[in-house]
Formats: sequence, structure tokens, C-alpha cells
Amino acid sequence: MRRLFPHPYLTLLLTAVWVMLTNVLSAGVVVFGLILGTLIPLATAAYWPDRPRLRSPFRVAAYVLLVIWDILVANVAVAMIVLFKPNRALRPAWVTVPVDLRSPEAITVLAGTITMTPGTVSAELAADGRSILVHALHAPDPSGVAADIKTRYERRLKEIFE
Amino acid sequence: MIAEIVITALLVIAGVFGLVGSWGLVKLPDLMTRLHAPTKATTVGVGAVLIASMAEHWRTGGGISFHELLITLFLFLTAPITAHFIAKAHMHRKVAAAELPATGSGVAWAGQDGARPAGAAPEAASADRA
Repeated sequence: MRRLFPHPYLTLLLTAVWVMLTNVLSAGVVVFGLILGTLIPLATAAYWPDRPRLRSPFRVAAYVLLVIWDILVANVAVAMIVLFKPNRALRPAWVTVPVDLRSPEAITVLAGTITMTPGTVSAELAADGRSILVHALHAPDPSGVAADIKTRYERRLKEIFE
Repeated sequence: MIAEIVITALLVIAGVFGLVGSWGLVKLPDLMTRLHAPTKATTVGVGAVLIASMAEHWRTGGGISFHELLITLFLFLTAPITAHFIAKAHMHRKVAAAELPATGSGVAWAGQDGARPAGAAPEAASADRA
């Protein structure tokens, strides 16, 4: 089973993407999607030597919902800053966020989440991969930003990936 | 009727957020702060247009359209990566290592490799990367 489906979630994802691309939900489309979803992971398995094992798909769904909600909040917050805060009242800051996650995939997801959510953009990774450099648009309290990212996102990603 | 009102409201919301995101690009003082406007304010703008598109497709009897979900997925994948590349390029050219906070573990930031003297060519740093 493992040999036929080296990456079961990728198989499901590819099938779903194929159905969405064709935009028709019929048996034929799903079967062809499954064929693609089986062949592509087999062909690319060699390029995923240390792929992370996802612990729980439900936690992934919960994480995605949390991030979507935070994106909505972030949008309103950034819009308010753009519209109503004069530039001289702005306190942009560089923040170092120490990272306990070790797998590159988890760090990538964390960096992407940081960019999509309230007032922060991830700009750089330390050479040893143990901290992320984050730019905050308006951070009167930079250490609070780092603590927030660690408790809100990193803790959840740790549960998902490690 | 109600569906039309909802779709219209979504389109207006999308327009407002798109406008605010663009205004942010004009108004904010430098590149790093400008990055925040397009990565955030426009996500809801694009998202609202896509939801409106799905709703309209469903309202006019075309069934559920999945393309919009894919657009959202690809947008969420590409927006942070684009922002990251722009930030990296900007830091490489314009930001001195001294302006950045320490990494906390004694090493340099990946793009600012080593303690390169001020004014040295950035290319020199990448040669001895592990």
C-alpha cells in the first residue's frame, strides 16, 4: 500500500485539484483524477526524501480555518492603518522570531502564515534556520508580536508536523 | 433578489479593499511597510470577488464552480512567496546587517551571510555558503 501510494494526502489533493480544474463532478473525472493522483506521487516520490508525516488531517483543517479568520482580521487591521494612521505615527519594526520547528515544510508554512496574517511579513531566515526575521507594519511592542506568533501558529504547526 | 444584494455587497467590499490596498502602496513610507498593503488588504478584495463569482454562477443555474477555490488556493501559495522574494531582494540591496536584530543563535541571517564589511559586493557573500 505504501509503495503504491507513497503520499496518500498528495493523492487526495491532486484528485481534488483535478476535479476543480475540470469543474465537472462526474465519475469519469474523479477516476482520471485518481489515476493522476496515483501516478504523479509515484513519479515524484524520489524528490521527497524526508517528507513530513502529517499527524492529523483534522488539525490541518482547523489550522486553515484559523488562518483564514486571521487573514480577514488582518485585512481590516491593515486597511485601518493605511486609511487612518498618519505615517509619522507608524512604528514599523524588525522582529526576530525564534523557531522551534525543524522540518523545512513546517517552517515554510509558518513563514507563509506570518506573511498572510496581521501586520507582519516574514522577510528572512537565519542561516541555521532557527529564527525567522519578521517585519511588522505597526508594532509598538515587538516582543509581543514574536510571542503571539509562537503561541498562535507555531504551537499548532508543531502538533501537525512533529 | 437577496442573492443579488449579497453578490453586489461582496463586489463593493472587494472594490473597497482593492482600493485601500492600492492606496496603501502609494501612501506608506518605504518598501518594507508597502509590502504589507498588497499582501493583506488585497487578499480580502480578491477573495470577495471570487466568492461573488461562485455565488453568481450558482444563482444563474450553472451549479457550483470550483475554479474560484483553485484561484484562492494558488493566491495563498504565491502571495507570501512573492512578498518574501521582494523583501529578500530589498534587504540584499538596501538594508545593512546592522539595522537588523540579531538572530539569537549567533549566526547571520541567511541573505546577509557572515560579517561582510560595509560596501563589499553582495555577490562575495554567497560564494562561501555551505
